[in-house]
Amino acid sequence: MSKHTLSVLVENKPGVLARVSGLFSRRGFNIHSLAVGPTEHPDISRMTVVVTVEGLALEQVTKQLNKLVNVIKIVELDTSVSVQRELMLCKVRTDPQTRSHVLETVELFRAHVVDVSTDSITVEATGTAEKLEALVRVLEPFGIKELVQSGMVAIGRGPRSIAAPSVALRSVERSA
Amino acid sequence: MNAPATPPAHESVTGAQSLVRSLEAVGAEVVFGIPGGAILPAYDPLYDAEHVRHILVRHEQGAGHAAEGYAQATGKVGVCMATSGPGATNLVTPIADAYMDSVPIVAITGQVGTPMIGTDAFQEADICGITLPITKHNFLVKHAEEIPQIIAEAFHLASTGRPGPVLVDLPKDILQARTRFSWPPQLALPGYRPTVHPHGKQVREAARLLTTAKRPVLYVGGGVLKSRASAELKVLAELSGAPVITTLMARGAFPDSHPQHLGMPGMHGSVAAVTSLQKADLIIALGARFDDRVTGNLDSFAPYATIVHADIDPAEISKNRTADVPIVGDAREVIAELVVALQAEHQAGHRADLEPWWALLNQTREKYPLGYDEQADGTLAPQYVIERLGKISGPETIFAAGVGQHQMWASQFISYENPNTWLNSGGAGTMGYAVPAAMGAKVGKPDTTVWAIDGDGCFQMTNQELATCALEGIPIKVAVINNGNLGMVRQWQTLFYEQRYSNTDLKTHKQRVPDFVKLADALGCVGLRCETAGDVDATIEKAMEINDQPVVIDFVVGKDAMVWPMVAAGTSNDDIMAARDVRPVWGEDQV
Repeated sequence: MSKHTLSVLVENKPGVLARVSGLFSRRGFNIHSLAVGPTEHPDISRMTVVVTVEGLALEQVTKQLNKLVNVIKIVELDTSVSVQRELMLCKVRTDPQTRSHVLETVELFRAHVVDVSTDSITVEATGTAEKLEALVRVLEPFGIKELVQSGMVAIGRGPRSIAAPSVALRSVERSA
Repeated sequence: MNAPATPPAHESVTGAQSLVRSLEAVGAEVVFGIPGGAILPAYDPLYDAEHVRHILVRHEQGAGHAAEGYAQATGKVGVCMATSGPGATNLVTPIADAYMDSVPIVAITGQVGTPMIGTDAFQEADICGITLPITKHNFLVKHAEEIPQIIAEAFHLASTGRPGPVLVDLPKDILQARTRFSWPPQLALPGYRPTVHPHGKQVREAARLLTTAKRPVLYVGGGVLKSRASAELKVLAELSGAPVITTLMARGAFPDSHPQHLGMPGMHGSVAAVTSLQKADLIIALGARFDDRVTGNLDSFAPYATIVHADIDPAEISKNRTADVPIVGDAREVIAELVVALQAEHQAGHRADLEPWWALLNQTREKYPLGYDEQADGTLAPQYVIERLGKISGPETIFAAGVGQHQMWASQFISYENPNTWLNSGGAGTMGYAVPAAMGAKVGKPDTTVWAIDGDGCFQMTNQELATCALEGIPIKVAVINNGNLGMVRQWQTLFYEQRYSNTDLKTHKQRVPDFVKLADALGCVGLRCETAGDVDATIEKAMEINDQPVVIDFVVGKDAMVWPMVAAGTSNDDIMAARDVRPVWGEDQV
């Protein structure tokens, strides 16, 4: 099964997240990640949902989502035509011997150190899921004390925006 | 308080008054409900309301099913009202029922005051959370000013597109707050745009297929009734010459007496209807959803058929069976356009030859008609009772059934000639639906005879609403098909559990507890009993003469009667049994 990124514009109303996540669980759709936040429009929030489904099931997901009254628009963002990012905060064990190695690694991944203590540093990194996975693999030998990661957010490449009527991106809002 | 149709826009009212005004403005005539603490403010202006009749039910479940029966009989939105907590949770079953059967109802619930929400206050329940998966949409009102808009949106959502239940939860302090009432409000539903008009190209393709198919069938679902497309359907059927099958939710959408009608498909459908699907090379599904009770085992369902699937809900299309020609739109518009497109095909000289198809279907129909055997032990046959009810009461009657054997017999042995005369709980299978639904239907159609056909199990779940009927002047008639058992469950025990009758004997035969005649009397109804075939007609006729009081007939029937034909759960439609151990056979050359 493959991953698909759905960008879902929803009304900024209480309970919308519960409606969307409830729909996924009761219909048996698997959410890989979900991120929600405000948009350029104060009345509209945008959810980026990564689902692991195939073909007809993806069609069902989007059709069922479209039935939610608070859902305004759904667009599938293909990796080739969108920028996709996740945020990770990772607390790595360090001591005087390893600290410089860790900092080197952080540098290599263009990540930042956001907190330091005598026996740990906290790294902030953004990127695609693959990049963050690679960073974790390299940091793991030093000892990861704590790791927290956001869901993916994504935005289409080019000048057009999803809210605009002529969306160049593949709309999965199929009227069949 | 007199409620003028167009009150001044600036008028200062309470939230509760705003609610009642909104209900009047939106055209709600009847509210079925029970007051309680949190909803109490709403009941004060309701006391004076001239255009809304409140019917005090005995259990909130009754209010919900009554709203459903009202909606299904009239096509209007049914309204039920309850207080917070247990009042609201008692509405859950009818709301789920309305969701499964796409019945337009609006449920209005009281909620604890806004500052108390989330504190586990007395009679607090998160009814919006609870009903999230079983409502088309729901609202928790946060400001009294929103009330007119939310009520208008709730009715709009419930009644348009694919209809369904909508819940409006009103905290007590919002009902008590001062606000301004103005009408009409502006609806703000940017994400709600049901597709009503079908795509012309898709419709033309469906019409073309209808002229080239050798074995087409029109598979008609409840959506045809909801869009009031019975007249259009008849035109399409006669123009195409194709056989018609009507699902449990669509009984009455096409006259049973029509020669092109093969009956109901599904688990207890007619052999001819099930055969038509299995042998079809083209299925035109109109407002139907390929429910598991219709398809049986999905992998072996209609193996030769090209599927044209028309539904107003795009999510139904290709959900269970992949559609070759998907059509999103209102059934009435789809059928009307299909008629025009088919006429064009006919004018171009394209017309299907359905004679061999009809030869097979007619042969099947003759060989395996719907029927039943008399009871071996000489007891009254339940099918006979139901058949006579249909014959004596006539085709204008509204029948509301519970769930189980009696429901299936009522769908099989009564001839439905008119739309919206058959009400039942199809998708959810809610026992106890019949009596309150019949009550709601009678309120909506006071001049029509309304029969509830109920089982002794179902009847014991919601018969308290007969008190409501007796006191509110709602003279429904109830036929209790009393076989002393949870009949359908018993039938499955007979067939699949080696006749081990675990917990299905209700003792309404052996010990006559309760005595339904005495119960009817206690509830302010006329109680009658009938135990022999010879008395059936006279008892029904006696009930037909009573129009100032609800009537209950206790039909004491044999417990061994079974519903046939049957496609056992999970098996293929090809393995339909016409009767016990009777499998239809078709010649090899017939498909």
